[in-house]
Amino acid sequence: MEQQINNHLIESLLREQFADAVIQVEESYGMLDITVQRDKIIEILQWLRDHSVLQFNFLTSMNGMHFPEVKNKELSMVYHLHSFFTNARIRLHVFFPISDPHVPTATGLWNTANWMEREAFDFFGIRFTGHPDLRRILNVEDMLYHPLLKQYPLEDGTRTDKEDKYFGR
Amino acid sequence: MALTKVNEIPEMYTGEGYALTKLEKVVGLARANSIWPLPFATSCCGIEFMATMAATYDLGRFGAERLSFSPRQADLLMVMGTIAKKMGPVLKQVYTQMAEPRWVIAVGACASSGGIFDTYSVLQGIDKVIPVDVYVPGCPPPPEAILDGILKIQEKIKTEGFKRRDSTEYKQLLASYGIE
Amino acid sequence: MAKQENIVNGVVQTEEELKQYNYLNLGPTHPATHGIFQNILKLDGEIIVDAQPTIGYIHRAFEKLAEHRPYYQVTPITDRLNYCSSPINNIGWHMTVEKLIKAEMPKRVDYMRVIIMELARIADHIICNSVIAVDTGALTGFLYVFQWREKIYEIYELICGTRLTTNIGRIGGFERDFSDDVWRRIEEFVNEFPKALKEFESMVMRNRIFMDRTIKVGPITAEKALNYGFTGPNLRAAGVDYDVRVMNPYCSYQDFDFIIPIGSNGDTYDRFCVREEEMWQSLHIIKQAMQKMPAGDYKADVPEFYLPPKEDVYNSMEGLIWHFKIVMGEVHVPKGQVYHSVEGGNGELGFYLVSDGGRQPYRLHFRRPCFIYYQAYPEMIKGAMLSDAIITMSSMNVIAGELDA
Repeated sequence: MEQQINNHLIESLLREQFADAVIQVEESYGMLDITVQRDKIIEILQWLRDHSVLQFNFLTSMNGMHFPEVKNKELSMVYHLHSFFTNARIRLHVFFPISDPHVPTATGLWNTANWMEREAFDFFGIRFTGHPDLRRILNVEDMLYHPLLKQYPLEDGTRTDKEDKYFGR
Repeated sequence: MALTKVNEIPEMYTGEGYALTKLEKVVGLARANSIWPLPFATSCCGIEFMATMAATYDLGRFGAERLSFSPRQADLLMVMGTIAKKMGPVLKQVYTQMAEPRWVIAVGACASSGGIFDTYSVLQGIDKVIPVDVYVPGCPPPPEAILDGILKIQEKIKTEGFKRRDSTEYKQLLASYGIE
Repeated sequence: MAKQENIVNGVVQTEEELKQYNYLNLGPTHPATHGIFQNILKLDGEIIVDAQPTIGYIHRAFEKLAEHRPYYQVTPITDRLNYCSSPINNIGWHMTVEKLIKAEMPKRVDYMRVIIMELARIADHIICNSVIAVDTGALTGFLYVFQWREKIYEIYELICGTRLTTNIGRIGGFERDFSDDVWRRIEEFVNEFPKALKEFESMVMRNRIFMDRTIKVGPITAEKALNYGFTGPNLRAAGVDYDVRVMNPYCSYQDFDFIIPIGSNGDTYDRFCVREEEMWQSLHIIKQAMQKMPAGDYKADVPEFYLPPKEDVYNSMEGLIWHFKIVMGEVHVPKGQVYHSVEGGNGELGFYLVSDGGRQPYRLHFRRPCFIYYQAYPEMIKGAMLSDAIITMSSMNVIAGELDA
């Protein structure tokens, strides 16, 4: 029940402060899913972090997403925030077209965003404007594509011992 | 079976105060029972190798107690765990730094064939970059299997002979991997 | 006027520019690093000035792989995240899916899971702590406590058939109840391990050499640790009492009485002590769980997701149908997104699962504690001696599989 009240409170406070930046608010499995405008994301994250009641002081995780069939919203970034004071968690989403994969960096707010953003760049090709060191992190430097985009295959192309007929293809 | 074979004394002509045999066999016996392995542990199999080294299984019983972390002094390269494409060149470099005679064991499914990780970033078996002598199956193989792999390699070392490393087949094999 | 030697190519150099630094390439394969990490250290004599970590040497594409595997086949992938404590990863994943399908677990399943997870935590901390001791030059402790890890392996083996990468349980419970032999062995372990742990502690914990090597080595303040996203024992060593088991209890952890040990300066010694104490607490939790073990079923009633036992598949129509449906992906999976986290060996292990109703996850992101806190490593070893870099790394318990996914 307390979680419920908290979610309402978060939503109303957020809507009050950023009326035009909040695009959509949903709740799934007890956690708020808030879609916000891309250019306001850092402002919102900072406000949530420094707010005297909400105090979302901990960036739990960040990850990229790819929805190839949704036009102009192909890519998205997901931010999980956690408040160690109120024990509330929220999830923020930003959506943007794959032709313009730029998101402002959160490294100014949390150091931990550094590698998570590098990972999202590596996997999805999302460019974080203002990131101090935006290089590939997990894959080899000279890789030509961003492997977690849905159009690329999982499997290694060099394997010769796999015949399609054994896999029903 | 393998165990008795490894520790078997080679055929000898013996008399009072002397024993005659081929030098090859004595050297093989000595080499096989004093391997210096280089553990190239990258992931899960490395933890099972730790178990193999620890008290319960004790690899030291087979004359391979002294781990050599420098490739220059090692005889046996034990590749344990997934080798990603990023790691491939490093593995090859370590192999080329080892002096002849050198042997390689691929421990675990990942090192042998890529295992369950048939993905864009994983090398599909280390035999794509270096020649392998013994493959140990399992994901990860239990310590018993790793020990069995060591025994297999001992058998191989013992029966290898002097000439193999100078043979044209061996040189061709290395050349096919681009190793001089 | 500048001295003669301060002028290089006609330009006066500052003292900083005249300094000669050494560069040392530590890794990717190095005997002292446990797993494969590369650090290019900039050294002034033996003092570390800067470090450049490179990771990804065993990137295995877990997240992409998970998008191509049905839910029940993702479990083996989670095994290989933090392979020192794979049951926690397995059960964390099962619980994520159970949260998505809104399945309620019987109490007995929860308690059985708690026992397994705490055993796994002990196994994880045994490796980490004994390896810290090895890095300070005490190999004996490692050989000694590793025997107890073997006992935990034997318990795993009796439950699920494997030693290290356990693939334990299923979505919806366990595949079978624990046998009497398992209970006997767990009890034996709980009764006898304290003796060994005590002995290990008395050898290392107040040892002058060990203390000199670890106290004030690789420290991090609570503020910085939070900023860097630390969780688990490393954060607690810095003095923040954050534990997922208490903050967001899962798997009936609220039924158990245990304390969260915390350190004060977040150095290597504190991390060691926090892990030691956590092992005692884990033993305590296992004891409570065994005492309070409720009767009931070892699985929940979710036939749509729980793979039926083989006897049922061969002998009953129901079992065959469900088996077929699960394996062929005919079951209905709700759409939605769910985040679930468990307290892994290294911290908050999170699963962010997005389902589009298909048989595989649409996207599965692992919040891997190692990956997140390893980025603080350069800052923690800056200004320390070269030999301290190794102990700091082993005390952070960086597991390559979890780091690189």
